[in-house]
Amino acid sequence: MASPMSLLAALGLAATALLAAAPARAETLSIACGSIGKELQLCQSLTADWGHRTGNTVNVVAMPPSDSDRLALYQQILGAGSATIDLFEIDTIWPGLLGSNFIDLKPYAHGAEADDFPSTIANDTQGGRLVALPLFVDAGLLYYRRDLLEKYHAPVPQSWDDLTATAKRIEAAERAAGHAGLWGYVFQAKAYEGLTCNVVEWVASRGGGAVIDPHGAITVDNPAAATALDDAASWIRTIAPEGVLNYTEEESRGVFQSGNAVFMRNWPYALALANSPGSPVRGQVGVAPLPQGTGADARHAATLGGWQIAVSKYSHHQQIAADLAVFLASRAAVKRWAVEGGYTPPIPALYDDPDVKRANPNFALLLPIFRDAVPRPSAIAGTRYDAVSSALWNAAYRVLTGDAHGAEALAGLDRQLHRIERGGW
Amino acid sequence: MPAERTLADARARTAWVFLAPCLATMALVAAWPLTRTLWFSLTDADMKDLSAAKLIGLGNYVGGYGVLSDPDWWRAVRFTLVFAVCSVVLETIAGMIVALVLNVRFPGRGLVRAAVLIPWAIPTVVSAKMWGWMLNDQFGLVDHVLQRLHLTAEPIAWTADPHFALFTVILVDVWKTTPFMALLILAGLQALPTDCYEAARVDGIGPITVFFRVTLPLIRQALMVAVIFRGLDALRVFDLVYVLTSNSNQTQTMSVYVRDQLVGTGSIGYGSAASTVLFLLVGLCTIATIRLGRVHLGEHVQ
Repeated sequence: MASPMSLLAALGLAATALLAAAPARAETLSIACGSIGKELQLCQSLTADWGHRTGNTVNVVAMPPSDSDRLALYQQILGAGSATIDLFEIDTIWPGLLGSNFIDLKPYAHGAEADDFPSTIANDTQGGRLVALPLFVDAGLLYYRRDLLEKYHAPVPQSWDDLTATAKRIEAAERAAGHAGLWGYVFQAKAYEGLTCNVVEWVASRGGGAVIDPHGAITVDNPAAATALDDAASWIRTIAPEGVLNYTEEESRGVFQSGNAVFMRNWPYALALANSPGSPVRGQVGVAPLPQGTGADARHAATLGGWQIAVSKYSHHQQIAADLAVFLASRAAVKRWAVEGGYTPPIPALYDDPDVKRANPNFALLLPIFRDAVPRPSAIAGTRYDAVSSALWNAAYRVLTGDAHGAEALAGLDRQLHRIERGGW
Repeated sequence: MPAERTLADARARTAWVFLAPCLATMALVAAWPLTRTLWFSLTDADMKDLSAAKLIGLGNYVGGYGVLSDPDWWRAVRFTLVFAVCSVVLETIAGMIVALVLNVRFPGRGLVRAAVLIPWAIPTVVSAKMWGWMLNDQFGLVDHVLQRLHLTAEPIAWTADPHFALFTVILVDVWKTTPFMALLILAGLQALPTDCYEAARVDGIGPITVFFRVTLPLIRQALMVAVIFRGLDALRVFDLVYVLTSNSNQTQTMSVYVRDQLVGTGSIGYGSAASTVLFLLVGLCTIATIRLGRVHLGEHVQ
């Protein structure tokens, strides 16, 4: 019987033989990939395919699930000019923050980026350089329980007032009928980037602007934004549990997917999971654009999100890494993200693709939402975006906890944003 | 005389030779990072491009953009001080009670002594996550039990409500650190001479008087050292607060504030200034405790 050691030795020999058989120019690349949902699995499978084809080896390095933790790690690696990671999977809001550490991918993409959403490519272009290529896009969606809305003959809410009223009505009726743990609405209100995404939606949908306008003027201190925050604060303890103040995406999904919420704000990834086998609400979940406010400038607004691939300028194998990046962002690869993982592709044409449609019947509904998605002020704030976002979520958190009124918190936020601006972005 | 002097010189030289490795290590692990932090705090260094750092004097400390004029910093200082005072007082009292119980002979004492240490042995991040789930307002065990016992009408958002968060963090910290205090106090109790107690028994003095007149004065030194240790730790608290609470600036400790500046936003200069102020504050608190508690560190206790 072979001992584990001799087995290992045999494996080692086999690996050495394989390596020796590979082309002489074979290189080893490292890629930092996310680990939420099927992200890591897809990243491993796709890079392995590419490695098999080109004879190179790819090490997939799993990153922490928290966005803020991952950014901190990236900043340390890139700040040190380290070549340990060649490719980075980055968030929509990071090209401005980290862009100077990445190479221009335009010469390698050969115009393929023209198939992507123009807003995403604009977001990934920093100072005329295409610093990242999109893998999938994200936007905030309203999830609703189809069965409950039908039971109470309620339409899918179009305005925030509708949402509040419907949520209150169903919550009260269901609780009276014995479902004591039911809540109307869950969202992300922990003090972190997710709260910023929610606030941007609340404010933009009421015509309150984009926090900082494209010319750099700080516009957040306005009555529509104050109403947005005060309305959100009124949800806590009425249609939303107080615990929502410590919820990220996954905690909200936990409440919604276990059947304890009528509505939820979340990213598209939750749809496939809420409708997966074993989910208590399987088949009862619908998605719609988030509600809008009232008034002249009101509109349905979804915060733009998504993940892209970038190549480090400190990499010793920039050309090969760029080739892998282009492969990962190619039409065929992002189609696999969509079909196998339920990730919404950055290429609009794929929403008409029969395979994508079969795997994700709801995607057709999402296309217009992505087209009109609102960016966070990351392009204008550049390297100071993280400070801006942190000031924004802290101001909103004060209002949600009842520590301040909307107008008061926004006046404070306005002062703080000017402090961060220090005279110019 | 010259012979004695040479001998003394030789002894001093030998002493320096023996001290050298220790001093070198101290310089490497303490003096160098501290100096570097101090230097960074005088610059506008940023993680995105460290080479572009310029000296800006005391701009990170004072003035409109300085840490000392940031209300969030002072809120963090207040939060940390309240946390430190409450948790250390509660842990000292609870630790004292546990230590007194464990100092009495009873069957299975060794087992109980070991079991008491479990909360202290669990890594803080793990226990904070554990408590986070137990205190979850929707699925949490704590709210479930409280409601079953009809003590609360509806679930309490222990970690989300900023007013409850401080209380919750103190509670979990007391749970975690009482064993540590108990252990240090127990060590002090076991070193006590038995004759005082025999004399007290002969004089027929009650146990409560014995505790306040005999035990407490005798273990004061050990107790103060334990309090200083805990106080230092509590002022630097990071992991528990970071994992358990929402991390809004309403429930930030000084260390969380520093981390947000240094790592979160990459402002090395500003974050270093905050870190230096934190260092000075902790130093001041320690000196004050030593003075007020008349503790003799490293001297003969008499």
